[in-house]
Amino acid sequence: MSTQNYWSKNKMIEKVISFFYSGASVNLGIGIPTLVAELLPKELNIFIQSENGVLGVAGRPKKGEESPTLINAGKETISIRKGASFFDSALSFGMIRGGHIDFCVLGGMEVDTNGNLSNWMVPGEKITGMGGAMDLVNGAKCVIVVMTHFTKKGSPKLVKKCSLPLTGVGVVNIVVTDLGIFKPENGKFVIVELASGVSVNELSIPSELI
Amino acid sequence: MDYSKVFTDPKSAVADIKSNSTLMSGGFGLCGIPENCIDALSEMEITNLTVISNNIGNSGRGLVKLLISKKIKKAICTYVGGNPDLEKQILSNEIEVELIPQGTFSERIRAAGLGIRGFYTPTGFGTSVADGKEIKIFDKACLLELPLGADFAIIKAEKGDSYGNLWFKETARAFSPLMAMAAKITIVEVEELVEVGEIKPEDVHLPGIFVQRIFLGKNYKNDIEFLKIEE
Repeated sequence: MSTQNYWSKNKMIEKVISFFYSGASVNLGIGIPTLVAELLPKELNIFIQSENGVLGVAGRPKKGEESPTLINAGKETISIRKGASFFDSALSFGMIRGGHIDFCVLGGMEVDTNGNLSNWMVPGEKITGMGGAMDLVNGAKCVIVVMTHFTKKGSPKLVKKCSLPLTGVGVVNIVVTDLGIFKPENGKFVIVELASGVSVNELSIPSELI
Repeated sequence: MDYSKVFTDPKSAVADIKSNSTLMSGGFGLCGIPENCIDALSEMEITNLTVISNNIGNSGRGLVKLLISKKIKKAICTYVGGNPDLEKQILSNEIEVELIPQGTFSERIRAAGLGIRGFYTPTGFGTSVADGKEIKIFDKACLLELPLGADFAIIKAEKGDSYGNLWFKETARAFSPLMAMAAKITIVEVEELVEVGEIKPEDVHLPGIFVQRIFLGKNYKNDIEFLKIEE
């Protein structure tokens, strides 16, 4: 199977951004989602929240302007936009839990047809910890998962039922993979868009789940 | 002599932290961590600490010093990614760990400091975090979460006065003011120790009532974990 038609990381992020609207507030998870801050068109006027306590993340600092106390939740140096604010973690998560964040974009290990998400540990192998993910998926108005379609071992991450420990139940609204865009709805994955040249067979999702 | 919260050095400020204490430590990753207190603790003969901190250090630094010297019996934290020393100790059962969703972690600490005896949150419903907890249905199913306090908190602020009023720089605030409220004894180290009145009342991020000890820190590394520059 050729992967030449698969979307690049940047293309996946462009697809994520296509769901945003002007003035929206967005929280970005660690990893691929942080690319959103770099690729976001300025005219969209988005306020990016990072749960360590900043609303108004801009992008990367210019050389020499980086600050050890100005970071995102991935502990990477950031810059801020006009209108930004800083606050403590309880207020930050109040913002999230209280439903004030319009979109949260985060990575995933598995998403199932009921909108369940697993992304924080593989028992006996890997412990990432949930960080803010469990609060975010229950608090944000729209939850977008962005992840590669297949694991490194080649198994599909869109599954009938998550097998890994759950992050949230019935929380995922949109999934963007390198093969397309999907919505888990009523026990199925609705295909919103496929990367051009990618066929439904390549998705490795059983036909009764589509 | 008048009572004073001001200590001269980290060693004397943390001297009464004993084995089996519960200790909160502020900061996010390596940002805003109490470097001087951690160094002083790492030289003390103490063990069996329960440490409450978002990351328990990271990238081999910060609280990892206490982790490697086996001073920590139990870690209460939210995120292990970026801390291979902690992940290794968890997977080999050398350390007890309690992983808490970060928003619940923050709010439990805030609750402990502010007299809230419990709260209901949807976070964690349907996951292993809900195991053994009371569930109540509001508009959504929610878990009952209880306060999380400590014997001591060690935190860092950019600026503080002799009463303990604090001002934090940029994103270095995170859990620190919450932990200051939740601990019986809060020990603060600052980059700049000023006279009372120098921080304008409207600029005080944490009122000094929550602070028991304060000292001027020195030799800060202020490590950047991941330097990312505009290309």
